[in-house]
Amino acid sequence: MSSPIVRGQQDELQARSERAHIGFWIYLMTDCMLFASLFAVYAVLKNNTFGGPSGAEIFEMPFVLVETLLLLTSSFVCGIALLAAKAGKKSLALALFSATFLLGLGFLAMEISEFSKLVSEGYGWQRSGFLSAFFVLVGTHGLHILIGLLWMAVMMVRVAQRGLNPHNLRRLSLLALFWHFLDIVWIFIFTIVYLMGVAS
Amino acid sequence: MNMKQVSRYSAGFVGSVLLTLAAYLLVTQSSVTGAPLLVAIVVLAIVQLIVQLVCFLHLGEEDTPRWRLWSFVAITGALLLIVFGSIWIMNNLSYNMMPHHEADEYMIKESNKGF
Repeated sequence: MSSPIVRGQQDELQARSERAHIGFWIYLMTDCMLFASLFAVYAVLKNNTFGGPSGAEIFEMPFVLVETLLLLTSSFVCGIALLAAKAGKKSLALALFSATFLLGLGFLAMEISEFSKLVSEGYGWQRSGFLSAFFVLVGTHGLHILIGLLWMAVMMVRVAQRGLNPHNLRRLSLLALFWHFLDIVWIFIFTIVYLMGVAS
Repeated sequence: MNMKQVSRYSAGFVGSVLLTLAAYLLVTQSSVTGAPLLVAIVVLAIVQLIVQLVCFLHLGEEDTPRWRLWSFVAITGALLLIVFGSIWIMNNLSYNMMPHHEADEYMIKESNKGF
């Protein structure tokens, strides 16, 4: 039996975690609005190729499919890593978060190589309205991934040093929320930018 | 570890992979084209959104008041207004601002579709 004081502290931590979750969720919803406006810009400028290439000419589909599966696997492994952390299995959680990190890094590396290939072929963001909108939309998502990776690296160090205390668990679950959210945004980038670009 | 949760994440993962592959194969391999293809891949994306919201983000499981669920619903409404409102207005604008020769081509193209 835990004493009333300990129980009071646990309730306080629980309430704090719940508040943090709702606050972070509201942030994710505002991020949704950011992506929605970028999707709207993309939809409007999609056909303004100004004599440059269209999506169908520059998108390499098997490449993008691999990218998509990397991020999806990363999101899944992140969820399992959080479950391991909640179960108090520190080394398993750290191993799974490292796998999440590497999969995310692979995704980001593929995206950067796609971008640099397009720029080196002369299809940079200054080429046409379509390419500007494409780079801003996909690049903003990539920037979020980069921030998520930095956050994950910091969290792994913290967990390694201080263990799975309630504060770290709360931060890890917010990180997992962020990572799953980024994968959901990617579903729509994959469908609306890449699949529709190739289909039409 | 909570095995029920693990199997739930796994189901979400397998479902998402299958939905991604289905959309990919529809676009690259199938003979479906035009509007039916676009509708099909958008529907697959929305199904995958729901799968991930339920299996990964556990939306709708919180106790009342359901701040997360309802803020999501509100944002989705605003988001659809922004996206489809922009597309509607900007298409209208580009139609009305069209130079004369393009307007002629556009009308010929539209009338060839046959109403």
